Amino acid sequence: MKLNLKIWRQKDANTKGEMVDYTINGVEGDMSFLEMLDVLNEDLINKGKEPVQFDHDCREGICGSCSLQINGEPHGPDRLVTTCQLHMRKFNDGDTIVIEPFRATAFPVIKDLVVDRTAFDRIQQAGGYISVNTSGNTVDANATPIEKDKADDSFYAATCIGCGACVAACKNASAMLFTSAKVSQFALLPQGRVEATERVENMVRQMDLEGFGNCTNTGACEVECPKGISLENIARMNREYLSATVKG
Amino acid sequence: MGILDSKVPSGPLAEKWTKHKNKINLVNPANKRNIDIIVVGTGLAGGSAAATLAELGYNVKTFCYQDSPRRAHSIAAQGGINAAKNYQGDGDSAYRLFYDTIKGGDYRSREANVHRLAEESANIIDQCVAQGVPFARDYGGLLDNRSFGGVLVSRTFYAKGQTGQQLLLGAYSAMNRQINRGKIKPYNRHEMMDMVLVDGKARGIIARNLVTGEIERHSAHAVVLATGGYGNVFFLSTNAMGSNVMAAWRAHRRGAFFANPCFTQIHPTCIPVSGDHQSKLTLMSESLRNDGRIWVPKRIEDAQAIREGKLKPTQLKEEDRDYYLERRYPAFGNLVPRDVASRAAKERCDAGFGVNKTGEAVYLDFASAVQRYGKEEALTRGMKNADSKTITQLGKDIIEAKYGNLFQMYEKIVDENPYETPMMIYPAVHYTMGGLWVDYNLQTTIEGCYCAGEANFSDHGANRLGASALMQGLADGYFVLPYTIGDYLSNDIRTGAISTDSPEFEYAEKEVKDRINKLMSAKGQHSVDYYHKKLGKIMWDKCGMARNAQGLEEAIVEISALRADFWENVKIPGGTDGMNAELEKAGRVADFLELGELFAKDALTRQESCGGHFREEYQTEEGEALRDDENFKFVSAWEYKGEPKDAVLHKEDLVYENIELKTRSYK
Repeated sequence: MKLNLKIWRQKDANTKGEMVDYTINGVEGDMSFLEMLDVLNEDLINKGKEPVQFDHDCREGICGSCSLQINGEPHGPDRLVTTCQLHMRKFNDGDTIVIEPFRATAFPVIKDLVVDRTAFDRIQQAGGYISVNTSGNTVDANATPIEKDKADDSFYAATCIGCGACVAACKNASAMLFTSAKVSQFALLPQGRVEATERVENMVRQMDLEGFGNCTNTGACEVECPKGISLENIARMNREYLSATVKG
Repeated sequence: MGILDSKVPSGPLAEKWTKHKNKINLVNPANKRNIDIIVVGTGLAGGSAAATLAELGYNVKTFCYQDSPRRAHSIAAQGGINAAKNYQGDGDSAYRLFYDTIKGGDYRSREANVHRLAEESANIIDQCVAQGVPFARDYGGLLDNRSFGGVLVSRTFYAKGQTGQQLLLGAYSAMNRQINRGKIKPYNRHEMMDMVLVDGKARGIIARNLVTGEIERHSAHAVVLATGGYGNVFFLSTNAMGSNVMAAWRAHRRGAFFANPCFTQIHPTCIPVSGDHQSKLTLMSESLRNDGRIWVPKRIEDAQAIREGKLKPTQLKEEDRDYYLERRYPAFGNLVPRDVASRAAKERCDAGFGVNKTGEAVYLDFASAVQRYGKEEALTRGMKNADSKTITQLGKDIIEAKYGNLFQMYEKIVDENPYETPMMIYPAVHYTMGGLWVDYNLQTTIEGCYCAGEANFSDHGANRLGASALMQGLADGYFVLPYTIGDYLSNDIRTGAISTDSPEFEYAEKEVKDRINKLMSAKGQHSVDYYHKKLGKIMWDKCGMARNAQGLEEAIVEISALRADFWENVKIPGGTDGMNAELEKAGRVADFLELGELFAKDALTRQESCGGHFREEYQTEEGEALRDDENFKFVSAWEYKGEPKDAVLHKEDLVYENIELKTRSYK
């Protein structure tokens, strides 16, 4: 396959970026999208040019490093996949592909396609944990049975990889899906209930401080989420938040 | 014993750890506030160690090359974590977990360390559940278990195929709690470039800020390395692309001995290589072998027809299939340990029975599991005369509930539906059992430099059993290191803050800068990946699943020549004053080019076959590994002397007081 690529190049956070056109030949269907970029970069290096910088690591869809807005969609046209699992068989010979970084005020560009997603870490640090000592002197793990459905729902919320596609997909750049997934995981477990009020208040406050927008229920986040994190989590977080503020 | 003092406590095996903890020197809480610890690497071992050390009261600085600790490669572990809880009542115990681990490692690990690991295993599950890790549960609300290779009990706790993710996020949330309290200061997108020794003790590191390019000095009273394995020396592996050996290797250059570098695990169930562009390999959890049956065609002409696309695997009758693991190893069947399963797959493919285009794949088939589960489910639902379509659907639903994400991952990569046609799998480089040599306290041969998790060598011997990597990472981080490091730090309560203005820091920083400048000034013709792929090919061909003396000798010569060429001819575009992925890779590949040679040298020295190290000259008539306990019952620990060819071998004799060394058999 021969492809035309339009890629966002930006030297650093303080420099103005621009779209640059590239042509790439010999792309095979079995290549992942990132492997296609590897081939482009190898070519650029051989020509003495700077390769395109992008975030990636595990390349099996679980670390959440890879991002990329591809033809206007986070992680590209395929559903339920990260960019590293998107394969070039989804594209056709002669296609033009527009590749941009995830766009959100709270995700500033570091270089080219790499953005700073540490705002997500700070939301977690505000309360996304259970305050238990790591000393190992806890009760037996089977001492508190947990309903299978609850455990499963908690697990599904916990499978969020923190890639930021929800933010990139949202017209308001809202982080509600991410934050609510974290809130849900703990809200559904008996271990997390004790500090549930503080947790949801602190996490929502931090989310707002980071500059993420509001949720207007358009649902684009759920559609683009590579892990299928459900909108139900947002509803659950809203309930948790409401009950926390009522308790005040 | 020579210079390698393992510091294993005396006394009965089951009492060693308790006795040791009771005798260890403690640090007063008020003094802990004045002690700084650097933790490099924030996966399961580093993340859990950092959280626990901070909770104890030490000031912790963490370093990772990713943008967040949550992305450490521990997150990709799929199948599960072992613990001797005996919830299933199938006869499990700490002793049995200890025994399976020692046997699985082909009697090349240290008894006392492995027993401690087995003892702490049950504790880990309690801890993680308390932290909110959503393990799989049954309808009674209790924790579910499954089996893994090399064992006859169900002791593996899991969260679908994402166990590593859930455990890492648990450790990361524990870290977050300490970051919020100000007890951990995280340095993300930072890479450790060197270790700084003052009066022979590890007192800090030189790091590079990967965003600004700045070279930074960081001091501490002790340094913990928890930086994972070096499987990427093969280029293609199941490791994350960024996984590297830099921190451990730089510590090695400063005096930490590197142990058993040739012990590398080849995992039997990975998605086969599809072409030259491939950047990494994807693992399919070993847990699939609970329900998947492995086979190749019995007749070579059928294998050929399948490769040419003239025959579909589903068209081949039961009696025309060779379930070679069930045939060769009736007791363990498809659940033999990884080294055994990998070699058996290679044997069949080398004999011409491979089933994909390149002839390097075998089938992992779920058809009979679908039928078995389907029938069981139909009966459970009171459907006594269910038709075959219903049974198949019910069976598929059960398989989806157990392994859904793995099946989805396979389909995305291979573009085939594994519910309809058997998966194709082939062995790939996965985990490295070798690593920095540590004593019972997890201290390396550098005073004050500790090493935990995959980065050390201690618990898995020559082969790691499935679901044991997560166990070791968390045991080291949560429950071992935070105790043992106190013994060392109790001598540091009067030291006070360590200055970064000393000549030692200045010298180390200058060396780091010189090395970077040397890399940048090469101005050659080849990219870093060009060298990495060449190295990987040498490693796979000559130091891979099977090795022999001639190949290893060739590898040593070839790697040495490739390294010389790299320093002359590598081309790194861009500058040093900002983000530069090529520069990062170059530093790592420079280390792999040294480690690869030591790897081959170690493999050449070990004239026996054991676990992940199969020397073709040493095998039984049936093609099984032939160990030589008389001459090789030791840990090889290499001392750095400049070029890898000059490295000096030290031996730690392995003493077995509680286990009788037997031929490992899974028949």
